[in-house]
Amino acid sequence: MIPLPQRQRPLSFILAFCLAINNLSACSALPSPASAERSTLILATTTSLQDSGLLDILVPRFEAQSGLTVKTIAVGSGQALKLGSEGNADILLTHDPEEEIAFMQNGYGVERIPLMANQFVLVGPSSDPAQVKGTSIYVALQKIAQTQATFISRGDQSGTHKIEKALWVKAGIQPAQEPWYLESGQGMAATLTIASEKGAYTLTDRATFVVTRAQQNLVILVEGDPELLNVYHIILVNPQRFPQVNFTAAKAFARFLTSPQTKAFIRQFGQAEYGEPLFMLNSEP
Amino acid sequence: MFDREVFQITLLSLQISGLATLLSLLIGLPFGTLLALSNFRGRSFLLSLVNTGMGLPPVVVGLFVAMLLWRSGPLGKLNLIYTPTAIVIAQVIIAAPVVSGLTTAALQSLDPRYRLQLLGLGASRWQMIWELWREARLPLLAALMAGFGAVISEIGASMMVGGNIRFQTRVLTTAIVLETGKGNFGMASGLALLLLVITFLINWVLTHLQQKGVRL
Repeated sequence: MIPLPQRQRPLSFILAFCLAINNLSACSALPSPASAERSTLILATTTSLQDSGLLDILVPRFEAQSGLTVKTIAVGSGQALKLGSEGNADILLTHDPEEEIAFMQNGYGVERIPLMANQFVLVGPSSDPAQVKGTSIYVALQKIAQTQATFISRGDQSGTHKIEKALWVKAGIQPAQEPWYLESGQGMAATLTIASEKGAYTLTDRATFVVTRAQQNLVILVEGDPELLNVYHIILVNPQRFPQVNFTAAKAFARFLTSPQTKAFIRQFGQAEYGEPLFMLNSEP
Repeated sequence: MFDREVFQITLLSLQISGLATLLSLLIGLPFGTLLALSNFRGRSFLLSLVNTGMGLPPVVVGLFVAMLLWRSGPLGKLNLIYTPTAIVIAQVIIAAPVVSGLTTAALQSLDPRYRLQLLGLGASRWQMIWELWREARLPLLAALMAGFGAVISEIGASMMVGGNIRFQTRVLTTAIVLETGKGNFGMASGLALLLLVITFLINWVLTHLQQKGVRL
């Protein structure tokens, strides 16, 4: 069923052994790490792309086409940008426009390409204790604050968390110290589980919600608000600034992601399994 | 549920933690013996360090090893971050103090007159150490089991330095966290059960050896 790539070479274990006994000279027969480096690509990405299963399909395809090995590190957008700003990743997939622009202005990235988009949605228990269904996002947040209904925030500086904080500011509420405002500090799917268990509200990207919907007692209450657009960008980390960055491989992966075949795949991804596509292409409304 | 991916994850967990335990034994047995048998300045300080190390939180080890191995870190040139090797390094740092500390305790619990007797009978220093290891084989095997138990069950270090990359550095514990996070509780508890059964089987074999008193 799932194709297994070539097994991990025992090489790395030999290298570990050599390191552990602090006798690198005995390991001079090993190929230099530099050559191994050129064939791997470190991709730092937001959790929603991993949790939705999209990367589990796209990454092996790219690996088969290019012969490169991709190391996918799924973290929040904040941490992904941090990894990029220290040259610890080659390419980023993030959804935090403000921080992305700052990242580019600081010269950490050379190219920022829109890849795809979806919507953020406000979800909560079907009993909807704060009566937010069908309202605008700002009214919904104000009602949650008024009724002191429990709200779970990601609290992890992820793209979703940043958007959520900006929405609270625009709604004129400072929830951080409130007893009904909880921070999970975890990924989107884990946060949805917590919200489901506590009968609480939370803001999520649509894809992660749709994929995990079967396990949750949550329904979509606010959606379609123009404020809730969620855009994913590809960022290539600046090789001038960080010589160790594998720019050739990063460019190849960006070309692969933006190719017509990949775009066609993204446009229908999720349709068969969940009855609706999880992402839309950026050019679409 | 038991497909090739689960098999690969399980095998990788055993390879990584098995190798880390073996390396910890190679470091911890001599080092713990040194601490138990010799008297030098700073010995009790070192022993305190080792005893503290026995309780090192894996996530702390993971953070420091990651900072060393990141490309921006001092050892970044080795390109070891997000590899099984990186996890082995972190797990050795977790398990070596456990094996060292328990080795010291095991040897110090032997009657000190036994050492003198061995030397009196004309044993060389190495023969004496070998006989002491044989005498203490039961607690030494317990040290090995404790070391293995510490690394097969840790998650913080594997997650941080391994990155939980599918087919590359995803091990049983990080897979359990991922599946739990995704809300796939069935898969998560299946993997958890697998981890428990494997840990039990390995400890069962070691305990069997231990209790039979097999000559080392």
